[in-house]
Amino acid sequence: MPYPRPMPQALAVHALEKRYGPVQALKGVDLSVEESELVGLLGPNGAGKSTLVKIAVGLVRASRGRAEVVGARAGSRAALAELGYLAELFRFPGWYTADEVLALHQRLSHSDGGAAERKHLLERVALADARNRRVDGMSKGMQQRLGIAQALVGSPRVLVLDEPTSALDPAGRRIVRVLLEELRDRGASVLLNSHLLSEIELVCDRVAILRAGEVVAAGSPDELSQPRGVELETDEGVRTVEGAAREDAARLVAEAVAAGRRVYGVRVLTSTLEETYLEAVGDEVS
Amino acid sequence: MSAVLTIAGYGFREAVRRKVFAVVVLLTALFLALFWLANHFVFTRLSTISPPTDVNVDTRTFAGAFLLGLAMFATLFLGVVLAVFLTLGVVSGDAERGLLQPLVVRPVGRSTLLLSRFLGAAAVCIVYVLAVYGIAVAIIDVAGHWTPPSVLAPGVELAGGVVIVIALSILGSILLSSTANGIAVFMLFGAGLTAGLLGTIGHALNSHEIQHASKIAAWALPFEALYQDGLRLISSNAHGLTGFLLQLGPFGGAYVHGWGIRVWSAGYLVVAVALAVFAFSRRDL
Repeated sequence: MPYPRPMPQALAVHALEKRYGPVQALKGVDLSVEESELVGLLGPNGAGKSTLVKIAVGLVRASRGRAEVVGARAGSRAALAELGYLAELFRFPGWYTADEVLALHQRLSHSDGGAAERKHLLERVALADARNRRVDGMSKGMQQRLGIAQALVGSPRVLVLDEPTSALDPAGRRIVRVLLEELRDRGASVLLNSHLLSEIELVCDRVAILRAGEVVAAGSPDELSQPRGVELETDEGVRTVEGAAREDAARLVAEAVAAGRRVYGVRVLTSTLEETYLEAVGDEVS
Repeated sequence: MSAVLTIAGYGFREAVRRKVFAVVVLLTALFLALFWLANHFVFTRLSTISPPTDVNVDTRTFAGAFLLGLAMFATLFLGVVLAVFLTLGVVSGDAERGLLQPLVVRPVGRSTLLLSRFLGAAAVCIVYVLAVYGIAVAIIDVAGHWTPPSVLAPGVELAGGVVIVIALSILGSILLSSTANGIAVFMLFGAGLTAGLLGTIGHALNSHEIQHASKIAAWALPFEALYQDGLRLISSNAHGLTGFLLQLGPFGGAYVHGWGIRVWSAGYLVVAVALAVFAFSRRDL
């Protein structure tokens, strides 16, 4: 009896290398995005994040290694058919209306969603009222949201979003965050490249931190956060027991009570994603 | 096929909305108005010109072929301006502005994308060149009652020359920035025109070396050879002294001509487009 063929990962890169002349942008990166998973990509400028994203969507050719989207070679038509992409720097022709931009991408992605899909996508990014507005009459934030709607045309299985909230105000960011969570719940896989740590921390299942072309840390936000001690508030004041972890909290409270102290509070301290990030990338300026 | 039409339509819409298109249309209208005026005066006064009886010159043919040659030069020039400005940034320029990336990541294939952009630009320029050439022929016919012995073929050759320039410009847009590409293509165009004039001078001076250099340039830059062949066709029925005088002028026609250069031009076009497709398939964006 043949073994069942394993489901291909939504996005996978293996031993990926990219060299631009003397500069090695990627030095053997391994990364995967599973089905219904939201993976965040972090790293300082020049770490290779954009190069990695561009190889995944077929804009840049890898020097070595391989990148696949749902089992198909990145950049191939089969891979692109499964993909929605928002570039970090993009522009739509200024004379197109929002509806025309989506109609163009529907035709190119062979989506048969028609006007209903366009209406739905514009509503999801809060551009329903701007359906017939020309791109050159839109604010930067509106264009960014239109770009996100464009990436969602044809309901792709894999979304690659490069700095999707860079031009958005807090309300716009919230729209995108809710949208990403909905997409994940619907089964889409997302690779999110962003400088906004808080955003990544809020929505991502896993995080990969790149530095100088290498993955220097990876895991869920919880896995990446490290114990930094336990803080006890007693009648003597606030005391931090460094090196203690969550499992030490009960013992520390018992010891304080046994010593005649009154305990008012106890708090387990862990590093934030920001602290983990700064530890991982060292003193590189992002 | 639908992807080709979609992208060609996208390119067409982009082309007709650009300011350069409006500028070219305006310049063309101005040129055609002046051309009509020139034809009116030339053919009105033609009847008053009487060459000596021992000089056998067909003044109407001379004037008609010379004026149409002038119109063909202007058409080629404006057609090339249009072609270059429509295509000089198709890859590098659009990639820098972020217009290209959202299209490239769609499942249409880079070759389809590039060929569609080529076809869109070619469609605009072919229609433009044939229209301007056709109007020029009509003006000469109405004002001077003269039509060239071959009406369609010179127009097709002019359009073919512009299509070759489009292919070179698209190829350049993959390898060079928009500005560098525009300069490079216009320099090639200028080199072709200079070589054509050099051939005429070489013919007048009976200098085989200059003619030889001009022929090499014509094969290397066949858009110029096609234009020259078109000039040859419009004066192919001018014999004797009329033909000789036309040959001495700047619109005298080709020394490299016929089916050889046409077939070469077609092959050249195919190779230029294939090279562009290959280069684009390997281009990081």
